[in-house]
Amino acid sequence: MSDLRTTPLRDLHVELGGKMVPFAGYEMPVQFPLGVMKEHLHTRAKAGLFDVSHMGQVIVFSNQGYRAAALAMETLVPVNLADLGKNRQRYGFFTNEKGGIEDDLMLANRGDHMFVVVNAACKEGDVAHMRENLADCSVEEITDRALLALQGPSAEAVMSGIVSETADMKFMDVGMFDSDFGELWISRSGYTGEDGFEISVANDQAVAFAKALLAHEDVEPIGLGARDSLRLEGGLCLYGNDIDANTSPVEAALTWAIQKVRRRGGEREGGFPGADRILDELENGAGRTRVGLRPDGRAPMREGTELYAAAEGGEVIGKITSGAFGPTIQGPMSMGYVPSDLAAEGTRLFGEVRGKRQPVSVAAMPFTPANFKR
Amino acid sequence: MKFTEEHEWLRVEDDVVVVGITEHASEQLGDVVFVDLPEVGTEVVKDDEAVVIESVKAASDILAPIDGEIVEVNEMLVDEPGKVNEDPQGDAWFFKIKASDPSQLDDYMDEAAYKKFIG
Repeated sequence: MSDLRTTPLRDLHVELGGKMVPFAGYEMPVQFPLGVMKEHLHTRAKAGLFDVSHMGQVIVFSNQGYRAAALAMETLVPVNLADLGKNRQRYGFFTNEKGGIEDDLMLANRGDHMFVVVNAACKEGDVAHMRENLADCSVEEITDRALLALQGPSAEAVMSGIVSETADMKFMDVGMFDSDFGELWISRSGYTGEDGFEISVANDQAVAFAKALLAHEDVEPIGLGARDSLRLEGGLCLYGNDIDANTSPVEAALTWAIQKVRRRGGEREGGFPGADRILDELENGAGRTRVGLRPDGRAPMREGTELYAAAEGGEVIGKITSGAFGPTIQGPMSMGYVPSDLAAEGTRLFGEVRGKRQPVSVAAMPFTPANFKR
Repeated sequence: MKFTEEHEWLRVEDDVVVVGITEHASEQLGDVVFVDLPEVGTEVVKDDEAVVIESVKAASDILAPIDGEIVEVNEMLVDEPGKVNEDPQGDAWFFKIKASDPSQLDDYMDEAAYKKFIG
């Protein structure tokens, strides 16, 4: 794995018994000795610690202030960023000229600049895209900081033991705090459907900080395997699987992320790549829709499974984009795309698994109730 | 006990061969969540897909190690697939096969050879 990049926590993962695999160009732990199932259940019951340092951390700065940087970013992202409150964060996505999604990301108002977190596999492209298109802004990729996520019902108790003010943060609040581990950039958010925090820490403090979190009896290290089953139970998209350059935000059922002010008739209508298609679909709907799916029985329907409307005959009508066994719901779960007239909850469809069509129902997401601190 | 390169164990009981997967295989698979067993009475040829196991990570096949007829399957695994992780070389056998050519067993490794094989 010599050509892979590593995070500052790589040696700690190995010391903790992490099974290392290549992921998005990085050597990352897919699981620890607890195993995927128990890591997943532990995160929902207590707290899990995730290394997400492979993700891109970027500062977008305009010397005209936050609003100028936000307005520039609005030319790439169909989200209301200019009116985002100070120390607040929002979910968004870069769109392309076809109305597809180039990447999904988190954007935060940090007073005099915008802080952005993007996916590992897309970060080089995203940084180049921002540098090329954000007039009069500087775009700085932060490479001297690690990123950790602490997720689960015990996260608040653990985190506030290190930075007491974090107990007062609400879902999607962000802040910068002094600590024994230097300045921490903290947001109350995550990728599991649980309450929790994402914390940016200087590379040279990352191991000490991770060890301090792991010293708490409620905290276990969690690998990529459980990260994937947690986010799928939480109904959250994985870029490259559930959304990509060919799926529009309306097809992807992410319309909640596009505020009124950016829609037709809004004060800052359109003005982002692919606006024609996306604004039209917002009014008239898209031909296909991302839905949750619950297969009958216990066998998971995994990524790539083709969907049919009938038990026999007929054409393929859709495809599963993520599928796994949900440890919390103790059953299989998937998400995928189906024609919009077959997207109603309870619609019976069939997925072809090993040559046999098996029944599956369209189901509400998230599959487990979200546990955010609103 | 005999072992295959596919990490199955085979235990001969009179004219029937009991088939399961090894501790090593069970660790590699991760937590098993679903087991699809063959029907009793199925005639299989060596290397036919006999069982499908789904773990939290992926689906895997168990191949028939020899020619013969499936004479019994371990129904317990349908309700308790996790047994495959708990006791793979004991309670969590998958099926029993009546060998049509018992000499096919001679090709497989003994325990010492298998241990060497997995390093």
